[in-house]
Amino acid sequence: MALYSEKVMDHFRNPRNVGVLENANGIGEVGNAKCGDIMKMYLKIENDIIEDVKFETFGCGSAIASSSMATELIKGKPLEEAKKLTNKAVAEALDGLPDYKMHCSVLAQEAIEAAIDDYNSRK
Amino acid sequence: MIYADNAATTKMSEAAVNTMVSLIGDTYGNPSSLYAFGQKAKEALEKAREEVAEAIGANPREILFTSGGSEADNQALISAAKLGEKKGKKHIISTAFEHHAILHTLKKLEEEGFEVTLLPVHENGIVRPEEVEAAIKEDTALVTVMYANNEIGTIQPIREIGAICRKHGVLFHTDAVQAVGHIKVNVEEDNIDLLSASGHKFHGPKGTGFLYAKKGIKLTNLIEGGAQERGKRAGTENVPGIAAMATALKESVENLDAYAAKLTPIRDKIIAGLKEIPHSAINGDEESRVPSNINFCFEGIEGESLLLLLDDKGIAASSGSACTSGSLDPSHVLLAIGRVHDVAHGSLRLSLGEDITDEDADYIIKSVKDVVEYLRGFSPVWRDLVAGKGNFIL
Repeated sequence: MALYSEKVMDHFRNPRNVGVLENANGIGEVGNAKCGDIMKMYLKIENDIIEDVKFETFGCGSAIASSSMATELIKGKPLEEAKKLTNKAVAEALDGLPDYKMHCSVLAQEAIEAAIDDYNSRK
Repeated sequence: MIYADNAATTKMSEAAVNTMVSLIGDTYGNPSSLYAFGQKAKEALEKAREEVAEAIGANPREILFTSGGSEADNQALISAAKLGEKKGKKHIISTAFEHHAILHTLKKLEEEGFEVTLLPVHENGIVRPEEVEAAIKEDTALVTVMYANNEIGTIQPIREIGAICRKHGVLFHTDAVQAVGHIKVNVEEDNIDLLSASGHKFHGPKGTGFLYAKKGIKLTNLIEGGAQERGKRAGTENVPGIAAMATALKESVENLDAYAAKLTPIRDKIIAGLKEIPHSAINGDEESRVPSNINFCFEGIEGESLLLLLDDKGIAASSGSACTSGSLDPSHVLLAIGRVHDVAHGSLRLSLGEDITDEDADYIIKSVKDVVEYLRGFSPVWRDLVAGKGNFIL
């Protein structure tokens, strides 16, 4: 049995929306290097819509895949919907994560929450 | 595939496979049976014991076959602890970067009232004999120091430590799982009282290993039952496995010089190549290390993603990253040599096999360089470091 699902490996090998968003108006960073995972989310929000999103991740395969999948799930969506993204939804969209890797999906949810908080604080 | 994880396990040698297959098929008798067919298996078993003993400079009566290195480590430590306890000695000296078969057994002994001193292994990953001597007390029952470290490959000054132990009348055990069959090991010359080894680390089968116990050292049984292994390890012997292990060991030991001559320059070439990666560092002493081992930390990346991408490129390697172990902490070995968590997560261990070629080395260097650069390309840690927010550790 493979360590990860095909979908995790696909998002890990070909991460979507990877990089820096220069004109981001909401940026969130969670995790710490000591634990081996850091996720940074860049959001461009216009008229309460997530117009664009990019991420940078320092972490394992499932951390990279979780960030990638999370960006796909919120891109182009209303802000209200993005706020409601759960780690469970990220993990399910990836066809599941091993139990001890579920925290990677939590990190993805928290990174988006942090970026939205940052956006709100700038208003 | 380039298999560069020989410290995890090795491919069985052709000769070892042949020994094993022939014994499984034709010599299935029980070595404890008195009829000729059983005695044929007994002969194979005792021939294996002679071969193993010869390979490490021991007497066949000093070799006890086990299920592997972990069992041998457990039995060695528990036996030495029991012997010490009888004399009122309840102090054990070891090191911070031993294999978990040692560390977890020591933990258990601690819970039973033993005092354990774990010596530092310093930045170069080498124990200092003078620190071993300084740690010895009146009630020290045992010193146990691994021969070569499984993650960073550093070779310990076993002979010197053994001499110190002899001088002070303290038993000396070495977990030689990564050394036997890879570098010269001789229990007499190295002043070793107890030694553990594992068959599958030197091209023998998994589930095989042995414990050397110098004549006169009374072992404590871990497994009770029949009188096999001179009453010290019950259970019908794994004759095909044991004989195949002996074949593999004999072959490896005969081949030690050629092995070192072939692997050392390739190892050093890869080390030199990986050093070109900015903000990287080799883990462990460069000189005193087994010919097969390369271990690096790369700042700003995480080891599991590095391994997965190397796997995609056909390179099988390992890492001391927490993510590869399922725990939150990175390798205790890397922490013991002073690597902080942040960079210990970004480690890579390559352990070469005899079939490695110069072209493989070039391919490994290029692949690691490419993958590290790629992962750094979207690492927020790396971005901050490059932007001058925070200081590089390596």
